[in-house]
Amino acid sequence: MATPTIETPRSGRVSPGYSRTPGSRGNFEMIAWLFMRISGAILVVLIFVHLYVNLVAGDGITGIDFGFVAGKWASPFWQIWDLTMLWLAMLHGTNGIRVIINDYAEKNSTRMWLKGVLYTSTVVIVVLGTLVIFTFDPCPVIDGVAHVADYCPAP
Amino acid sequence: MPKTLSPTGTLYRGREGQWSWVAHRITGVVIFFFLLVHVLDTSLVRVSPEAYDAVIASYKNPIMGLGELGLVAAIVFHAFNGIRVILVDFWKKGPKYHRQMLWSVVGLWAVVMIAFSIRHLSHVFGG
Repeated sequence: MATPTIETPRSGRVSPGYSRTPGSRGNFEMIAWLFMRISGAILVVLIFVHLYVNLVAGDGITGIDFGFVAGKWASPFWQIWDLTMLWLAMLHGTNGIRVIINDYAEKNSTRMWLKGVLYTSTVVIVVLGTLVIFTFDPCPVIDGVAHVADYCPAP
Repeated sequence: MPKTLSPTGTLYRGREGQWSWVAHRITGVVIFFFLLVHVLDTSLVRVSPEAYDAVIASYKNPIMGLGELGLVAAIVFHAFNGIRVILVDFWKKGPKYHRQMLWSVVGLWAVVMIAFSIRHLSHVFGG
């Protein structure tokens, strides 16, 4: 009599009753799991420096205004810093909310709707934030009136 | 007795493991919703300097100042506990020391938050 084969745990066999997404999704969930750890580790550095520079150093929150942002984004260093932070934080957060929706929303339609709203918000926020970083103008002219600041050319 | 069977409780095993997981989820959701708002408020720099300064001014009032303290508390916990989760997953002895690591997380969090509170509240309340 042949020895019964016992598959290793996590071998991909899930009782059909527990499967919410029929068919194979490849190794998307493993990539997502790994992404959370890698992006998380990077975000700790990016966000702690962000908080230190904006809220602890200098005048802290009282020093933040349009000129403060202009001063930071005059440097490609902070543009890339903020861009990386925006993308990683949004993808990390979106995946976290996706997991929470999958955990608590039991109806297929509820999950679909919640994730639809989530992904739409994510795309809007990431595109908006990226455009803002790259199209920022430290000396805007609004309705023919030039912004006055010591770093702007005299009108 | 209800006619249909439904879970009567959702407590898993309690203690450090489950509660840190609960706290990680709650802080994660809080941070995510702030992030959405934060990108929107920063985007006002493309509307006009006055629009940005007006909204940022609201972040400087005492009530919002306390809110920022809560936000930073959530971020610092999520960051430190996230490192703990990474260690539990990738460090050979991680699962064995997950409780001790949680108390280290809480201790470090307290130290960082005491220092940050003094600094931030003195800015907000004009010290």
